[in-house]
Amino acid sequence: MGVEICVEGLTKSFGHQVIWQDVSLTLPAGEVSVMLGPSGTGKSVFLKTLVGLLKPERGSITIQGRDITRLREHDLYEVRKLFGVLFQDGALFGSMNLYDNIAFPLREHTRKSESEIRRIVLEKMDMVGLIGAEEKLPGEISGGMRKRAGLARALVLDPEIILFDEPDSGLDPVRVAYLNQLIVDLNAQIDATFLIVTHDIASARQVPDNIGLLFRRELVMFGPREELLTSDEPVVRQFLNGRMQGPIGMAEEKDAAQVEQELAALGDGDGKGARSPGSQALTPRLLPGPGIPRPPRWEAIARREAALHEKAVAGA
Amino acid sequence: MSLSPIGALRQSGSLFAMALDVIRTIPRRPFQAREFIQQAWFVASVTILPTALVSIPFGAVIALQIGSLTRQLGAQSFSGAASVLAVLREASPIVTALLIAGAGGTAICADLGARKIRDEIDAMQVLGIDPIHRLVVPRVLASMLVAVLLNGLVSVVGVAGGYFFNVVLQNGTPGAYLASFTTLAQLSDLWAAEVKALVFGAISGIVASYKGLTAKGGPKGVGDAVNQSVVITFMLLFVTNFVMTAVYFQVVPQRG
Repeated sequence: MGVEICVEGLTKSFGHQVIWQDVSLTLPAGEVSVMLGPSGTGKSVFLKTLVGLLKPERGSITIQGRDITRLREHDLYEVRKLFGVLFQDGALFGSMNLYDNIAFPLREHTRKSESEIRRIVLEKMDMVGLIGAEEKLPGEISGGMRKRAGLARALVLDPEIILFDEPDSGLDPVRVAYLNQLIVDLNAQIDATFLIVTHDIASARQVPDNIGLLFRRELVMFGPREELLTSDEPVVRQFLNGRMQGPIGMAEEKDAAQVEQELAALGDGDGKGARSPGSQALTPRLLPGPGIPRPPRWEAIARREAALHEKAVAGA
Repeated sequence: MSLSPIGALRQSGSLFAMALDVIRTIPRRPFQAREFIQQAWFVASVTILPTALVSIPFGAVIALQIGSLTRQLGAQSFSGAASVLAVLREASPIVTALLIAGAGGTAICADLGARKIRDEIDAMQVLGIDPIHRLVVPRVLASMLVAVLLNGLVSVVGVAGGYFFNVVLQNGTPGAYLASFTTLAQLSDLWAAEVKALVFGAISGIVASYKGLTAKGGPKGVGDAVNQSVVITFMLLFVTNFVMTAVYFQVVPQRG
């Protein structure tokens, strides 16, 4: 049914370089959360810390009452069975074909018969649209297919938590749209807790329940989607609008005076304070596809979305 | 890789930690038999031919050196005894070590390193599978097994090569050469050599796996890891060889 992840005061550094510090957030059970951040702010490191691949310097990560950061190696392997992780390039085993890759966790962890494994693997491959590619090796297929195969492998053990490391990087916009729909459908079907790490704003606007933003070695904000999309926090606004004016610079952060100046100039430009038109209208949420049975949570979201949309139409 | 003493200490520390992990993990069930057989076959296939090709000239050099030495000393009747002793005690474990590290270890290190930088190892850990149990233990055991078998091969080929060069090329007496075989060498020499090979196989397997699993920084990182794994393995092997030889002479009474 999905599990809650409670992160408190997490700090990670490599040598003297602090990656991020004092990150506290709660990923609500069964909900979709997105972690945004400019490149190089340690989003992937955050993901790896969540599954215990990296040890943080301080802080705790609590899942089902157990603190991941303090578990012994053996118990950690047990807790990891709750997770499904989609790595950036799929991280498929290069020596095995797609079928064996996806069957691998089942063969290692369960005593299922080959025919049952076959049924599950084909079901998951169908889910991600890979039927017919069973015999292909990871080296022979495109990046998008590798990602989908990685997703299928992450799904076979029916995880309670699914982590996506940049599911949209290196994919064309159409494939990204399909993948986002797939993520939403999956959430409606399996009810797991999702965390997506990305810097794709379009996905962040459409897909999640919650959004977090990592910048300048800390978690700037974490909260419900609406709250962040309508936030006046300069970093959040700059990132969600993908513009140059604001605290985020090309190499590092900019100095405060320059930021003030830029934001003021932007404010003069459209006459509505620091708000540009279009960015304020709440992007409609992506809902599960027509064939997917919606659990109560998604019914509620769909009703709320419909009400919002009506209000927007009435207002116009 | 940092050259500071702390860095070196940390590296050796984690190498030994992994060696202990491997030893602790060996009894864990289920044993990865399939992986073990595949790896043993793989390591054997990359080492057998080079080993045979190296051990022929190696045996020949020993035969030539001993042949001329025994002639200078006027002890031709002992040339067979001395060359068997040299091949059995030192040459074959050393040749085995060089090849198991140079051919088998590098292949293991490159394989694991490539998997590491492609995130495959991380993915495996996230899937709840311990790479030490699933990948490293079968590789270490495979390289131990193959080292023991290779040691036998090198001994046979080396002794045969020595015979050929001594008898055919240096006009030695076949009868004397064969008759003196067991005057100095004894069975315990063979056992000691096999134990050495076993330990060398373990060291090269562990170092190669350690370096492979800690590779980082893209394809270049894998190259560096392979390079370091060979250098570290060689250093460890020669030190271990010295210690084991010294202990052997203390423990086992010698003939004559």
